[in-house]
Amino acid sequence: MTPPRSFQIRRSRRMLDAATWAAATLSFAGLAFVLLHLLGYVLSKGLPAMHWSLFTQDTQGIAGGLRNAITGSLVLTGFALLLAVPVGVSAGVYLAEHGDGWIGKITRFLSDVLVGVPSVVLGYFGYVVMVIGLGWKFSLLAGSITLAILMLPYIARTSEMALRALPSALREAAYGLGCPESRLVWRILLPSALIPILTGTLMALAIALGETAPLLFTAGWSNYLWTGHFTQEGVGYLTYVIWSFIGEPYPSAHQLAYAAAFIITFMVLIINLSARLLLLRRR
Amino acid sequence: MAALLPLSLLAVAVFLFLSAWPAIQFNGFAFLLHSNWNLGNMYADPVTVHGVQVLPRANYGVWFLIVGTLLTSFLALLFAFPLGVFAAIFLAEGLGGPARTLGSFLIELLAAVPSVVFGLWGYLVLIPALGHTVYPWLADTIGRVLPWFAEPTGSGYGLLTASIVLAIMVVPLITASLRDAIVATPTALREAGMSLGATRMEVLRRVILPGQKRLLVGVSILALGRALGETMAVLMVSGNALNSLPHTIYDPVSTMASFIASQLDSAMQDPTGMAVSALAQIALLLMLISVAVNALARGLLWMSGYRQ
Repeated sequence: MTPPRSFQIRRSRRMLDAATWAAATLSFAGLAFVLLHLLGYVLSKGLPAMHWSLFTQDTQGIAGGLRNAITGSLVLTGFALLLAVPVGVSAGVYLAEHGDGWIGKITRFLSDVLVGVPSVVLGYFGYVVMVIGLGWKFSLLAGSITLAILMLPYIARTSEMALRALPSALREAAYGLGCPESRLVWRILLPSALIPILTGTLMALAIALGETAPLLFTAGWSNYLWTGHFTQEGVGYLTYVIWSFIGEPYPSAHQLAYAAAFIITFMVLIINLSARLLLLRRR
Repeated sequence: MAALLPLSLLAVAVFLFLSAWPAIQFNGFAFLLHSNWNLGNMYADPVTVHGVQVLPRANYGVWFLIVGTLLTSFLALLFAFPLGVFAAIFLAEGLGGPARTLGSFLIELLAAVPSVVFGLWGYLVLIPALGHTVYPWLADTIGRVLPWFAEPTGSGYGLLTASIVLAIMVVPLITASLRDAIVATPTALREAGMSLGATRMEVLRRVILPGQKRLLVGVSILALGRALGETMAVLMVSGNALNSLPHTIYDPVSTMASFIASQLDSAMQDPTGMAVSALAQIALLLMLISVAVNALARGLLWMSGYRQ
């Protein structure tokens, strides 16, 4: 039985609704398709290119393995993390606990601005200051410091948010028991906010691992395993292999690029996923 | 130690400026407005102009970079905005519970994929597909009416391809923030709309979205800022034009960010160091533009009450 005519929604309104739904569904489906196609493509090209020798051999020209690049990527981001976490977390502590004055406001604003500075600009800064100015040449330290600057605002922001979310009763109780501020931060606030801070740090790590542009100017490239020198010596990394080797006309170079894309993409995705799961489990 | 965060930003600005100073002296501001990037004669003795040493016939006009950067970014935003808004509508209104979490996760993963992998995918998948089938078809249909879309369609590297890749990269930003805003709309507003006889989509169009105007503008500008500074993906699909402006939407372009990356090798060969300084000038310019764009976006988002 059809409802009385006056209760029916006019056709033009129904059409517009249907069009909106259709556009919404199509947009989402299109984006999901692009993501799945991209991941599928990297998987289908990368898996056949994977080989044990990738992990045991260094790059020789445009062939060989990726041992130097894999370790290089890890060492570069590892040192960057080592530099960025203390600075970022302490900035977060400052902003959360004392950040309501004008210094805090300016710091927060500058931190937001730093997120917006293109990574290639940071890379060029690293090049003129560290590679040329300080005479470090293409090196691990120049690359790691540049990546650390890139990660800083993300870590500071998540630490601040995590600490602000803690109830002020925690602070009052600690002060009530005669706790000095340093002890409050180290023994109470940071341990309680550990998981969200860790999540933010992991997200920043994923971003740094996937970066190329800032490293082109600072880390350079090397066909050899990292020798333990912090300056004067270039370091290889995976994203360089993808960019540079795919443009070569040789199949062996392409295989290395596919393998590097496979390794870096799934490393980044796994880090991203574990960060999200960490946060979900806590809820 | 917390002071190192703002100090690092100031250090970036100051040192880029110092490094760009010789080029600023040599170029003045005219370099912004002409398209003539030429490192000069590498084998000749340097000459002194305006008190700084340069190679003979060196010229650093970057108009084509400014045009390329703005065109790719605005075009990318043009694609990303409707796509992002509709995808957010689908996630917020069409899905609920775990399905929404999963759907949002898929879109947000797009933001996690490294830029160089987008470049690889664009280079190997998008360029052949667009260059061989889509672009000739576009030229044959729209191209008959609009000269921008007319032949020649080229090989697939160019403005439109770069914009499409950029659009995919910045979409998650728009989708995620709008989805959160729609989900967070007070139920009373929805109920009030429904009780007046509006359908679900009408409530969305007439009540919810108008309330999010500031957020949408702010987040779009944020996305624009992201697109302006994107390097690797653009470098791999844009065709890297030198000193030429695009005449059709398929023509090769260069952006400031991708140009810095592609020109460093040759700039290092310049014995006077002026080419390195000129690239620093581009980096400084790019930084100023993106800082201004970001500050604007943050201001708008702050006014709309949204904070990431």
